[in-house]
Amino acid sequence: MSETRIIDACNTYCPGPLMELITYMKQAKVGDTLELLSTDSGTADDVPEWINKVGHEMVSSEKIGEVWHIKVRKSK
Amino acid sequence: MSSQIDIVCISGTREKLQMAAMIASVAAATGDEVTVFFSMNALTYFIKGHTEDPPTEGEFGEMLTKKGVPPFKQLFQQASELGDAKLLPCSMAMDLLEITENELDSEFGPPTGLTKFLSGTEGGQLLTF
Repeated sequence: MSETRIIDACNTYCPGPLMELITYMKQAKVGDTLELLSTDSGTADDVPEWINKVGHEMVSSEKIGEVWHIKVRKSK
Repeated sequence: MSSQIDIVCISGTREKLQMAAMIASVAAATGDEVTVFFSMNALTYFIKGHTEDPPTEGEFGEMLTKKGVPPFKQLFQQASELGDAKLLPCSMAMDLLEITENELDSEFGPPTGLTKFLSGTEGGQLLTF
């Protein structure tokens, strides 16, 4: 079964949220979804860039209030 | 596409160590081949048990400390653990500091001379902090 895991990286700055995502991505299984919460606006640009380069899947990215919710799926 | 990034860390100030660590961690975690060569004032911050914060160059360095920015040592550690970045101490700096490999943080690789470091940097991007 694939799981969804929320990673709360609010109130830290670049590259903190990205590094947290990468840490959890390493531990996740293929097919798992990770939702990264971040208040650092650079994260919203950096995560899709990283996902694209490394070859995972972007699911969604939206800003709710002050917090970015970025969902990605591990695909390999 | 991955590339090769070589970083020379010589300054022992908060801002420079931070920027070098940010680039090293992001590049390494993205699959780039990263080597960081530490010498001069930068190396002392990686001696085991060294907890003193480096001096800041200006206002920005103070902000790095006050706000929740990931500490540079943690970022270098992540560069090594998540992206296999090589963290190499300069053998000349180690001689001057009179320290051995065992006295440095465990992520550090073997003492490295300039000739060896430079022969490995051929064709890569070299950044100096």
